[in-house]
Amino acid sequence: MAYFILKRLIQSLFVMLAVAFLAFSLFRFVGDPITQMTGVETSVADQERLREELGLNDPFVTQFARFTGDMLQGDFGFSYRTRQPVAEMIADRIPATLELGIVALIISLIVGIPAGVYTALRPRGVVSQTILMTTLIGVSVPTFVIGIMLIYLFGVQLGWLPTFGRGGTVQIGGWESSFFTVDGWRALILPAITLGVYQLTLTMRLVRAEMMEVMRSDYIRFATARGVPMRRLYFKHALANTMVPVITIIGLQFGGVIAFSIVTESVFQWPGMGLLFLESIRFVDIPVMGVYLVVIAFFFVVVNLIVDMLYVAIDPRLRVKDAA
Amino acid sequence: MIALLKRNEALWLFIHSPAAIIAALVALAIILGAAFAPWIALVDPYDLSSFSLFDGLLPPVWEDGANPKYLLGTDDQGRDMISSILYGARLSLFIGLAAMTIATVLGVSLGLAAGYYGGRFDAIVMRIADVQLALPAILTALLIDGIARGLLPADIQQELRVWVLTLAIALSLWVNFARTARASTLVQMNKDYVQAAVMMGQRPIRIMFVHIFPNILGPLLVIMTVDLASAILLEATLSFLGIGLPADSPSLGTLIRIGMQFLLSGEWWILWIPTLFLVALVVSINVLGDFLRDVFNPRLR
Repeated sequence: MAYFILKRLIQSLFVMLAVAFLAFSLFRFVGDPITQMTGVETSVADQERLREELGLNDPFVTQFARFTGDMLQGDFGFSYRTRQPVAEMIADRIPATLELGIVALIISLIVGIPAGVYTALRPRGVVSQTILMTTLIGVSVPTFVIGIMLIYLFGVQLGWLPTFGRGGTVQIGGWESSFFTVDGWRALILPAITLGVYQLTLTMRLVRAEMMEVMRSDYIRFATARGVPMRRLYFKHALANTMVPVITIIGLQFGGVIAFSIVTESVFQWPGMGLLFLESIRFVDIPVMGVYLVVIAFFFVVVNLIVDMLYVAIDPRLRVKDAA
Repeated sequence: MIALLKRNEALWLFIHSPAAIIAALVALAIILGAAFAPWIALVDPYDLSSFSLFDGLLPPVWEDGANPKYLLGTDDQGRDMISSILYGARLSLFIGLAAMTIATVLGVSLGLAAGYYGGRFDAIVMRIADVQLALPAILTALLIDGIARGLLPADIQQELRVWVLTLAIALSLWVNFARTARASTLVQMNKDYVQAAVMMGQRPIRIMFVHIFPNILGPLLVIMTVDLASAILLEATLSFLGIGLPADSPSLGTLIRIGMQFLLSGEWWILWIPTLFLVALVVSINVLGDFLRDVFNPRLR
């Protein structure tokens, strides 16, 4: 167990180093930092002096080491566009994106798992067929179109819900949360559904496939023959064995949620990291782009580490294999 | 002989699948309309003198106050919606097809070589593929686009926009091709005909492309269809986000972006008609992809 986690930790460390290297290369080779920092009236001699002062003439490895060291101390440099520290800009946006992503994930699981179980148990039923048809459309319709449709229906036609921004937020120790006001929750509903729909279809299809697989296995047939009540059979014996793949997709979906939050945040003008990343691309704000990548990679690595540990906790077979 | 049987079987399955027929018809109609846009379209949306502001914001013909000349209405500039959509679909399809072609050539070459040579080359290609697979395609495309913006000077930027976009999309889709090509190649490598070709001392390039390639075409065709839909969707999403094509040469995604401005006012057609076209195009290509998958994968039937 300890060995397994240690191995994962070391792998994660390499992933982070690789991403940091990518961010550093972006910063160093895409556009010249000196031209970004100085105006046209700066003389060549001054530019050279600045280059020397900032250590841009040092060997590549030294520069990368310094870059990584600065990052570890929370110094992420300054934005080309706003001249603010990037760390602050990103930190301000993290709560919005995380709250949106978590609610979207919860929606996708709460709806996706039961729907997947149901369609697996009654594959020929009318309800199942309808659900499956709907998800096929859900996969083909782009996220931004789903967002626009929701805005049009619930925002414009019915006028029930706000169509942009976060609504009322409450500051809790530097974390700007929309979980504590009615207004905030109302603003959260449409973006969270938009972001959750695609993930929902994935969750449902996976749970359905796993469930059908498990239902065919010998131990379920044996339990049926032994006269175990159907409900107990479905929810205790069968569903428990689909949990490992479900946890895997939560880990995998996290990346999708973060990536598609860029689209969702743009449709709903949600002030999260995705919107910031889009702006930074439009203005070629390299430091913000680089740090966004590093932050996303960090979340990714942490979520996958947790998922790996959950595997071991959930599936006793993995523990046995590990000991052997 | 086997290929002929396969083709007949595919045809047989095709005429017995209403969904596939409808999808093929829809896709064909949009593709033909886009290809012949300069001859069909009422106005040239890129030519400012071919339309007039006085015709602006006309609704489709079945609504009050419409001009029968403009079947699906006009936008705020007085551009005929049908013409804009045909030209938009032309750009969307061009970028989609070009990106898919580049991704196919790149992915298949790398996959074939990785499967054929194995060893360190295989390991490197597959590690890169793994890393990229962890990143969703849209993030990769955005990143490549951002890098291109930083590297290219602004004036060339505008001229090369279509190609930058195509390349960004192609580079985020090649992984599927590489993985499939590699897996299929590994299966073929053990077959006698490949071993015979190796024994005969044929050059690896020839073995890969003349002998192995035709035998792995089936699964690749499925991925090409599915990835064409993905490429069109990616382009539409990027253009919708304002990162793709600008408003003076709009693709379907740009048209939807423009239409968003009319979401709150009454001119629904400026937003919903391009959206409908995009969804119809993508759904029909996906349905065709599903159909092809069933044809080439009899086990799933």
